[in-house]
Amino acid sequence: MRIAVCLKRVPDTTTKIVIGSDGKSIDENGVKFVANPYDEYAIEAALALKEKAGAGETVVYSLGTDAAQETMRTALAMGIDRAVLLQGGGSPDGLEVAKALAAELKSGGFDLILFGKMAVDDYNHQVGVMTAELLELPCISAISHLAIEGGTVTAEREVEGGVEVVTCALPAVLTTDKGINTPRLPSLKGIMAAKKKPFELKPVTLGAGGLTVTGLTLPPERKAGRIVGEGPDAVSTLVQLLRNEAKVI
Amino acid sequence: MAQILAVLEQRQGTLRKVSLEVLAAARTLADQLGGGATVDGLVFGTGAVEGTAALGKAGADRVLLAAHPDFGLYNPDGFAATTASIGGSYAVIVFPATASGRDLAPRVAAKLGVACATDVTEVGVEGGKVSAVRPVYAGKALQRVVLGGAPAVLSIRPNTFAVAQAADRADAATAALDVPSFTQRVTVKEVKAPAQSTLDVAEASIIVSGGRGLKEPGNFKLIEELAAAFGTAAVGASRAVVDAGWREHAAQVGQTGKTVAPSLYVAVGISGAIQHLAGMRTSKVIVAINKDKDAPIFKVADYGIVGDLFEIVPRLTEEIKKIRAEH
Ligand SMILES: Cc1cc2nc3c(=O)[nH]c(=O)nc-3n(C[C@H](O)[C@H](O)[C@H](O)COP(=O)(O)OP(=O)(O)OC[C@H]3O[C@@H](n4cnc5c(N)ncnc54)[C@H](O)[C@@H]3O)c2cc1C
Ligand SMILES: Nc1ncnc2c1ncn2[C@@H]1O[C@H](COP(=O)(O)O)[C@@H](O)[C@H]1O
Repeated sequence: MRIAVCLKRVPDTTTKIVIGSDGKSIDENGVKFVANPYDEYAIEAALALKEKAGAGETVVYSLGTDAAQETMRTALAMGIDRAVLLQGGGSPDGLEVAKALAAELKSGGFDLILFGKMAVDDYNHQVGVMTAELLELPCISAISHLAIEGGTVTAEREVEGGVEVVTCALPAVLTTDKGINTPRLPSLKGIMAAKKKPFELKPVTLGAGGLTVTGLTLPPERKAGRIVGEGPDAVSTLVQLLRNEAKVI
Repeated sequence: MAQILAVLEQRQGTLRKVSLEVLAAARTLADQLGGGATVDGLVFGTGAVEGTAALGKAGADRVLLAAHPDFGLYNPDGFAATTASIGGSYAVIVFPATASGRDLAPRVAAKLGVACATDVTEVGVEGGKVSAVRPVYAGKALQRVVLGGAPAVLSIRPNTFAVAQAADRADAATAALDVPSFTQRVTVKEVKAPAQSTLDVAEASIIVSGGRGLKEPGNFKLIEELAAAFGTAAVGASRAVVDAGWREHAAQVGQTGKTVAPSLYVAVGISGAIQHLAGMRTSKVIVAINKDKDAPIFKVADYGIVGDLFEIVPRLTEEIKKIRAEH
């Protein structure tokens, strides 16, 4: 089983957002960066599948600046065999990112290419699906359960009010949602081993893309709420407010 | 004359509410683009779909019905091929950012070779180009983008765009749309119902969510009873209780769960961690019940009660029942 995993380096989810001086991006000063949480599910899925198959190779790909190397080392420490960093600035247009990844993955001979369902910085929710389209591979997105049997993928994805059961043949592209597995933590042995694993750097140039970011702002503060009262005696007041002021019941 | 394609969603022959929201966003863009821009609604199905004529009032000028024997459930390859086959002649394509819309929009954008702005909460026109606002960084910032491609592809966040009901607009005529030949590589076999909770948090206009403050899974009965008292309310949960196995992941609200925007969100025994707030901060009215007056949930709550949920929630359930019986 040959499996590729695409990993994005993103700000930790607890980061306090400060708008940068360009007014279009965040101020990265003091921000802690981590592996995109959804991509950790993809890494775990890749490792578990290779372990089950008993043979194969897992490769992590990332498009980003040199700083992404540190994040990719975490994937190697978890057990991924080797890393390829596409050195480039990235793009707010997911299609440009997908084009760069697809160009690299095309000749990899992978049975599976795994993505997270979305990156928690841009919330784009598109790079995996677009890469699959460009590679003309079947794609099941946002999966929370996965089984592979004799070259057939059976996956589940949560939809409004239910769970879809979806199938396709290998080779395929899958994007992972929470619930699919519990990502392992890197072991001390893994961290040591990661230092010796192959790490390739390849410069790439992205197209201009069709999406321009013109501004980034903090959301309007919710107007200050109020504590209606303490204990069960406050309930009547709350119900009156919901009915007469908020008009929601 | 600019044309806008609104990709609609139906289930078992009935249009879903989000379809009307997609039409509302499309209509807004048509009006702002001006020059008599028109809106086509695209519906997939195995045959006729109920209520398409009435889509005129919601903003459609015409409804295109793509019927195919394999379009009973979501068909990623078929829907994408069909949409892309006509997409190039539109100025804008609007999708819902639902489970299927999130899968379909990037497929179509990639086939057409254009960018896609996903999960947008506002649409507009700037200098003749389509612009949009999208929450990023778990809703901690709002990104404004301009789409340069033709067509401009967007998906809109459910429960965000107000449905239009223009009495003076004519009914929409329905035209059959040919489904092009396509290679079906992915097959949706079935849709299983979840074991818990009948109403999905992503769809509900009232959500009652419980957290670790409930102490044990059996106490979620209090949350279910309060939800039932409201009539049709969904039961949500924090990640802490989902990870503990008390509730299904489908009920999880937050950054790694669902993003919701109901008219009323009641958070019970939930501290209000940043990742939870990411999923519900755009709710219209937020109520918090927590024994800790310093809990961060009170910072976003319009109305809060400080105290023991085990005393407050049963009382609230009673009073809601009473007031609903009176009116
Ligand atoms: C990458 C990442 C993603 C995450 N994604 C999500 C997500 O999608 N959704 C999510 O919810 N969390 C998410 N989390 C977890 C989040 O950080 C919190 O741990 C979680 O939301 C806490 O759940 P809670 O509020 O139920 O529990 P707690 O934080 O333990 O809060 C329990 C609350 O109940 C109150 N309480 C206790 N007893 C009573 C009582 N008798 N009466 C009234 N109040 C009482 C307490 O005062 C407390 O405020 C994520 C975390 C990470 C790192
Ligand atoms: N710069 C990148 N490098 C590698 N993978 C990426 C990059 N951007 C996005 N991805 C992958 O695509 C998924 C979806 O990202 P997005 O469409 O940006 O929300 C992520 O979970 C990653 O698996």
